[in-house]
Amino acid sequence: MKIVVCIKQVPDTAEVRINPETNTLIREGVQSIIKPYDMHAIEAGLQIREKTGGSVTALTMGPPQAETALREAISMGVDRGVLLTDRAFAGSDTWATAYALFKAIAHIGADIIICGKQAIDGDTAQVGPEIAEFLGIPHVAYIRKIEDIQANSIVVQRLMDEGSDVVESSLPVLLTVVRELNSPRLPSLKGKMAAKKAEIEKLAAADIGAEEDQLGLRGSPTQVKNIFAPGVKKDRRMLDGPAEVQVDILVKELTGLKCL
Amino acid sequence: MFIKIDRDKCTGCESCISSCPYDAILIREEKAEITELCQMCRACLSVCPEGAIAEVREPSDEMEKGEGQGVWVFAEQRDGVLAGVSFELLGIGRNLAGMLQADLSAVMFGASDADARELIRWGADVVYHCPDPVFNAFNDEPYAGLLSELIKEYRPEILLAGATPIGRSFIPRVAAKLKTGLTADCTSLAIDAETKDLLQVRPAFGGNIMATIVCPNSRPQMATVRPRVMKRGVYDESREGKIVVIHGEHLRSGTKVKETIKEISEVSVNLQEANIIVAGGRGTGGEKGFQLIVELAEALDATVGASRAAVDEGWIPYRHQVGQTGKTVCPKIYIACGISGAVQHLVGMQSSDIIIAINKNPEAPIFNVATYGIVGDLFEVLPVLTRRIKEVKGR
Repeated sequence: MKIVVCIKQVPDTAEVRINPETNTLIREGVQSIIKPYDMHAIEAGLQIREKTGGSVTALTMGPPQAETALREAISMGVDRGVLLTDRAFAGSDTWATAYALFKAIAHIGADIIICGKQAIDGDTAQVGPEIAEFLGIPHVAYIRKIEDIQANSIVVQRLMDEGSDVVESSLPVLLTVVRELNSPRLPSLKGKMAAKKAEIEKLAAADIGAEEDQLGLRGSPTQVKNIFAPGVKKDRRMLDGPAEVQVDILVKELTGLKCL
Repeated sequence: MFIKIDRDKCTGCESCISSCPYDAILIREEKAEITELCQMCRACLSVCPEGAIAEVREPSDEMEKGEGQGVWVFAEQRDGVLAGVSFELLGIGRNLAGMLQADLSAVMFGASDADARELIRWGADVVYHCPDPVFNAFNDEPYAGLLSELIKEYRPEILLAGATPIGRSFIPRVAAKLKTGLTADCTSLAIDAETKDLLQVRPAFGGNIMATIVCPNSRPQMATVRPRVMKRGVYDESREGKIVVIHGEHLRSGTKVKETIKEISEVSVNLQEANIIVAGGRGTGGEKGFQLIVELAEALDATVGASRAAVDEGWIPYRHQVGQTGKTVCPKIYIACGISGAVQHLVGMQSSDIIIAINKNPEAPIFNVATYGIVGDLFEVLPVLTRRIKEVKGR
């Protein structure tokens, strides 16, 4: 079984700056981590490999320093790290990101592709299903349990609003996973050694046969028009005085509005 | 593009069968039929003596600005019951359609004709309804396939869907197919007066920042909205509209739902239907502080909520979490105690009618969305508030 896990390195803190000209994130100089949901995707990939054999490849797209995320994945037990890096990818929205990852996955080849549920910096959860559409394969989103896996099919539990669905899918398939699925393992000593020595493969736009005008800012249908801090509510009333007084005013107001 | 056989013209003479290099034509009920093996080589077109085989050209997949017309809402059903978010989308959709002087349409897969009429009463001018039983269970590919086909045919300017497990899963496939933009979890939507573009506002970058996203050149402009963020429109029993029944074709799926497991957590249902929610955050400092939240909630017959910080600390279970990664709620009164108000929390509760914020820090962003702001220590304020509420209620 050939398994590809898409991971993303994201800024660790809220100290994110924005390039005022392009209205896109400046990631340089900010401490980075693998986005938390992706740790569960890596764990899922490793567990499938334990059952079926095969290999797990971690794939990420980002600046050269995103290599550290791939080494972290290798320290957990991933076989191979592939970094998709090219200035042409800069400023990609979800559509252009999914397109580039699709091209890379088509280049690498995969039976099962696993993505985390959402990026903690964008929370869009769109990239996984978009990749599946580009590849022309089925996907199952928000999976909380893998019930069975065979050579040509997989049975998973998908989280829904009022419970879950048991879904069978043909392979190849793309899965997006939620935290409930597993607890990510810690890196082993052997893994850490492997991570240090591992050769990270780098792929550029030309290597994966991606069309330039589908990439980066140019290939992105959406644009950030502006960024702002949420404003103050118009009818806001700040109360004054000691706790007793403030509570009195509040209770009177609420009684007046027939809320109590 | 695809190849189609006109069943009325076909005589079942079988002369096309040997012309196909892919064995993609078979005879069923005495008429020729093209199967999914078809590679669209067109070899059969000239062979048919009746001229029954034709090539059907589909409009180009990509739409550009200026081509689109009207506002569409995807009305989601689950087990044949329309999801509440559908009516909320019709509410905001009606406003947008008004600003564009365009029609508002709903698209519904599965469910019944009565549900289609209900969508009209909630504001739709037209309902595109595909009652095919394939939609009884949710599978991404047929959903994405048919919605994309309809968009290509009718070319809406805007498409809105619920940010539910269903909408969030299959709508991205539609965006990928049509090469257009999709903005997830919008908290407000408006039309730019000059460009007529859809202004899509959503929280961004994990901090206290909102971003306005536009999709200037591709159509339709697509956005998802979480349940209980928008208000429902006006229900009008006598409202009339058109129902267009759609017949799904070529709806294939690589996935199959084998079983549906119902599991409704009482707390999460209570949170979403609660009249009053008392929620605690990091400022409660631990389980002891949370006890004050619980006591106030009991006095008010309210439901207990929590910020992600409190849940991550392990002071209260996840099912109480309000916000982007928890539940979106819209009670009459929301009392936020010791919650600083990160955007991810605000998007989950800011549609509440009255918001009362209690926080030590006068600069806390929670005060930006508050109706009443109390700057103070919750360990002092909450016991007094609980006592006064009990007095008022005569307990």
